[in-house]
Amino acid sequence: MGTIVLLAIIAGIVLWVVGAYNGLISLKNQVVNGWKQIDVQLKRRHDLIPNLVNTVKGAMDFERSTLDAVISARNRAIGASGVQQTARAEGELTQALGRLFALTEAYPDLKATNNVAQLQEELTSTENKIGFARQLYNDVATQYNTKQMQFPTNLVAGLAKASPAELWEIEDAGERAVPVVDLSANKPGA
Amino acid sequence: MSDDANLFAQQESNRRRSTWLTIGFVVFFAWVGFGGDLAFWLLTTDAGPGSYRHVFPFIGVFSVLSAAFICWYSWRHGAERVLWSTGAWELIEPATPEQKQLMNVVEEMAIASGLPKPRVWVVPDPDPNAFATGRDPATASVAVTEGLLAALSRDELQAVVAHEMAHVRNLDIRLMTLMAGMIGAIALMSDGMGRMLGRGSRVGRGWSGGRSGKGGKGNPLGIVILVLWLLTLVVAPVISRILAMAVSRKREYLADATGVQLTRNPMALASALEKLEGATAATASVTEGAAHLCIVDPSPGLMSSKEGFLADFVASHPPIRQRIIKLRGMAYQQAKRETAGALSPQ
Repeated sequence: MGTIVLLAIIAGIVLWVVGAYNGLISLKNQVVNGWKQIDVQLKRRHDLIPNLVNTVKGAMDFERSTLDAVISARNRAIGASGVQQTARAEGELTQALGRLFALTEAYPDLKATNNVAQLQEELTSTENKIGFARQLYNDVATQYNTKQMQFPTNLVAGLAKASPAELWEIEDAGERAVPVVDLSANKPGA
Repeated sequence: MSDDANLFAQQESNRRRSTWLTIGFVVFFAWVGFGGDLAFWLLTTDAGPGSYRHVFPFIGVFSVLSAAFICWYSWRHGAERVLWSTGAWELIEPATPEQKQLMNVVEEMAIASGLPKPRVWVVPDPDPNAFATGRDPATASVAVTEGLLAALSRDELQAVVAHEMAHVRNLDIRLMTLMAGMIGAIALMSDGMGRMLGRGSRVGRGWSGGRSGKGGKGNPLGIVILVLWLLTLVVAPVISRILAMAVSRKREYLADATGVQLTRNPMALASALEKLEGATAATASVTEGAAHLCIVDPSPGLMSSKEGFLADFVASHPPIRQRIIKLRGMAYQQAKRETAGALSPQ
């Protein structure tokens, strides 16, 4: 009788370890997959930018510095590795692109060419996809991180070679900025 | 996590509803068939020798078999039929910037919802509207009208597609597509039976006249059942449509909310709905059987703009005004949260 109880307990523990281990591995793969999703979109963005630059170059020759900023931000983003560094480089690229698009508003005939409008649509869509893929990645990564730290799953975390996944923090100053409220203009009598 | 649990519960309840719908549909057809058999059997038991006796319930067997076939067909080909009935064509290689944008937006929402990209269809209709259909996310289709592409901005289009992807994700499409097939079948059956009876009654008059000549009186139970049976045939199409609309109405609020979770932009959906409401023309290509699939009622002006008990009962969609008010509320909550987050100590 005693041995049966003991065997049942051991079997239960083994089953739980297998389940917890598999759960962690599955989450880990989801995190990897989530990152791949982002990566595909980042590559696409990097490929689109030279096209855009070449298209607007002729018309916007004296905005050279903005174009250069985009190109160098792109090159830095391609060279970036790891979540933190990629996030920062891509954030900078987003800002540089934003400035470029803001400038194209000043060139109505440039906006009128179908090519630029198309490229802008493609880049907007790619940027949205990066954003949504980032949401998905962060969700899964948070789940994975929580799981491997929670008791009792943390006991098998070493077995599953689980280590915390880095989250894609938003580095974009514009998205983070706290609005500055200037009250000086509202002074009574001013 | 609670979102996941909620989603799972939604999918489960839609699976359950789909099963009950199918069972109810078959039971209804069984009643139509065997009820008719029963009535004719009771009416012909005391018929004299040589005259017709209704012994084998062939109406019942036939109608149960056809109900089973219709269920199977709606399950396998319901989505194709719905798309076919609207005259939609599948968008594979986008040709115009608008079509390219639609394709991009669908891809974005597929990523946001974590689902495979659905097939994209365009309905050649100038009235703005959209719907989703299919069995599950893998076989899903999202269709929008040409009018929608022309009328909405990028953000608004994204909001509408997100609403449709919400229907796909919580399996509303399965229930709604099955329903579309069954509504069509019931309408067809009621029509066909009515026509058959119309012809039959002319023949039947001679038959019942002969019987009454023999002094036999009709079995009263048989007559009661016959009347009930005829009544079912008459009201079935109406009831089935009301049922479909009652189910779809609740799903619309939910899909609005889930769609907004995907885009995080409630105001875009609110302004899209405003534009859809403003377009007062009917979406001619969407037939009544598929009305409950659409994001806004394809035949507006009747009930969708009215509020109150009767409107609640008959309209397939909640009044657009109420949906917009709810979305504005979400936008307000979101803005409040964001301001609170920005002002909180770092």
